[in-house]
Amino acid sequence: MSEQQEVVERELTMSRGMVEAIAHEMRANDEVFYMGEDVADYGGIFDSTEGLLDEFGHDRIMDVPISETAYLGAAVGAAQEGMRPIAELMFVDFFGVAMDQIYNQMAKNTYMSGGSVSVPMVLTTAVGGTYNDAAQHSQTLYGTFAHLPGMKVVVPSTAYDAKGLMHNAIRDDDPVVYMFHKRLMGIGWMPAPDGPKTPVPETDYTIPFGSADVKREGADVTIVTLGLHVHRALDAADSLAEDGIDAEVVDLRTLVPLDRETILESVRKTGTLVVVDEDYRSYGVTGEVVATVTDEALAHLDAVERVAMPDIPIPYARPLETETQPQAADIEAAVERTQ
Amino acid sequence: MVAISELQEMYTDMVTARHYEERLQEEYLEGKQPAFDISAGPIPGELHLAAGQEAAAVGVCQHLRDDDTVTAPHRPHHVAIAKGVDLKRMTAEIFGRESGLCRGKGGHMHLFDPDVNFACSGIIAEGCPPAAGAGLAAQKRNSDSVAVAYLGEGAIDQGGFFESLNFAAVHDLPVVFVIEDNDWAISMPKERVTDVDDGSQRAAGFDMPGVRVDHDDAVAVYEAAERAVGRARDRNGPTLMEIQVHRRMGHFMGDPQTYRPEDDQTAATERDSIDRLEADLRARGVEDTTIKNLRDAAEDRVEEAIEWAKDQPEPDPETAHEDMFANPPSGVTDTDPEFDLMGGDD
Ligand SMILES: Cc1ncc(C[n+]2csc(CCOP(=O)(O)OP(=O)(O)O)c2C)c(N)n1
Repeated sequence: MSEQQEVVERELTMSRGMVEAIAHEMRANDEVFYMGEDVADYGGIFDSTEGLLDEFGHDRIMDVPISETAYLGAAVGAAQEGMRPIAELMFVDFFGVAMDQIYNQMAKNTYMSGGSVSVPMVLTTAVGGTYNDAAQHSQTLYGTFAHLPGMKVVVPSTAYDAKGLMHNAIRDDDPVVYMFHKRLMGIGWMPAPDGPKTPVPETDYTIPFGSADVKREGADVTIVTLGLHVHRALDAADSLAEDGIDAEVVDLRTLVPLDRETILESVRKTGTLVVVDEDYRSYGVTGEVVATVTDEALAHLDAVERVAMPDIPIPYARPLETETQPQAADIEAAVERTQ
Repeated sequence: MVAISELQEMYTDMVTARHYEERLQEEYLEGKQPAFDISAGPIPGELHLAAGQEAAAVGVCQHLRDDDTVTAPHRPHHVAIAKGVDLKRMTAEIFGRESGLCRGKGGHMHLFDPDVNFACSGIIAEGCPPAAGAGLAAQKRNSDSVAVAYLGEGAIDQGGFFESLNFAAVHDLPVVFVIEDNDWAISMPKERVTDVDDGSQRAAGFDMPGVRVDHDDAVAVYEAAERAVGRARDRNGPTLMEIQVHRRMGHFMGDPQTYRPEDDQTAATERDSIDRLEADLRARGVEDTTIKNLRDAAEDRVEEAIEWAKDQPEPDPETAHEDMFANPPSGVTDTDPEFDLMGGDD
């Protein structure tokens, strides 16, 4: 984690990192408030608001009716009044019932108004599978939100990144979609892998959007990924190292803006690109990253592979979900095919 | 007056549903000890159980035929049982087995049994439009079948619900919307999310009848549903019903329920609609041994379904790539595991 200059002892789970940034911003700015389903007394189904009710009360940590169109649209309206709402969509899969407010209002109003209106809100949402919640509760939809213009799209993979990106998200004057992976949050009933729990400074700090992070340096192959799959790629890199393959792992951290330069720099060094995504394969993140490299660095590219969800709804049964979701072994196999 | 045979059928379904949920709870928690891990154990993923809500399922579905359509939400088992969904194959689906209703692809929130026109969905209120559509199909085909959409009281603040009420009302569709009011939407009590205590009042805005059954008495539900389903079958248009039920368990298994006052939890288990129907049966002269036999048979059926389900093989991973389309496009597609953008391996 290249950006951590100071030595910090304290380790946090990803949810604590996220919540700490929200609490800090709420203390500093009365205009910041949080609304969503089960965010108050429950503390967020995935711990995204754990503890905030005690400090800020129901006025600023608001439970809302199961009316996503109304409350996500209300966040847009409050943001246009200059407030800084954070609105939570419990699972990203539920975007369908409220997509018009997200896409035709939140994402477009700044541009359609010729820049005279801004929408400084954060849309937080839980993403991802690995626990057999099936087709309507397991998607990431990274590509969907990144594809539609007008939203900044953030995907943290560690507690350190989660906090710094959240500070930036709340201070940003544009709509930010902050997609946190359930499996990384450190929830008691859904054990996280080791990686996302990291040292986190107590003071506030921001991670600028559009700065990918090289989570592991390597000379032979560039693995570009995000979210949960940063950790699966790091696991794959560890075992590839035993076979003498030195993989570099690039964590995109934000999809919009996309740090194309870091990707290109890495591929110019390694000559090989493997893109790993928990979203559907076609018309998505993997295609965009590959196209970035073929546009700008084709001459440096010796081999390329994509590892992604096939274009099917996410199945329920354990063997079926495992088959469709990219595993560390799939990443290793893809890297080996490039060598 | 309800025939005794019908009361016995409802009682059987209620006992089946209750025992089913209690046994699934046991099976689900097995393998999630000592620390609860949602992805571990014989039943993975989320599990929303409906113990305490049986009266709403049986009182309405008692009036339905196989060709009537039912859509249920994320808490579907009691409704599925009352609608006559194949219990063994439903159980196999919940255990993620190949011979499950959906070949292991759907899971407990996405059960489909076209033989009895049952489907459910995990997205709030999203069974309402398809139920209206089933009613529309019946109307267009001049059949006398009807459709019923089940949803929780938390779901009636969702746009899809309001739009469906209006759509069904304006076209006089043979649909009954059934709200199961268990007072809670996960951690959110009803009074925090709506100022209207009686959800059936929403019907007034669409000029359709709205009825509320204030206690989860299977007979009272049966009588109210008789009018609503009858109205739909006679092509007099839709009805909105709300039925008070009780959530005896957490929202999902593993829910710590720290948000829920203890007395609310005890109250939910004290009032038991199954005991009530049992008392009704006795009052109508049904012998204790008959009741015991009904109960034993129901419990045996559940045990048999669970045993059968657990014996079924898990699906072959390759089957994940099947069933995407009814008319699969010819040639290699991206749903194919062997599909390789770069033109073949190596
Ligand atoms: C559109 C949408 N928003 C939110 C959710 C998450 N969610 C699942 S169940 C639930 C509560 C539903 O409450 P209610 O309708 O009263 O049914 P109950 O769970 O009490 O049976 C919520 C918010 C969802 N599945 N779909």
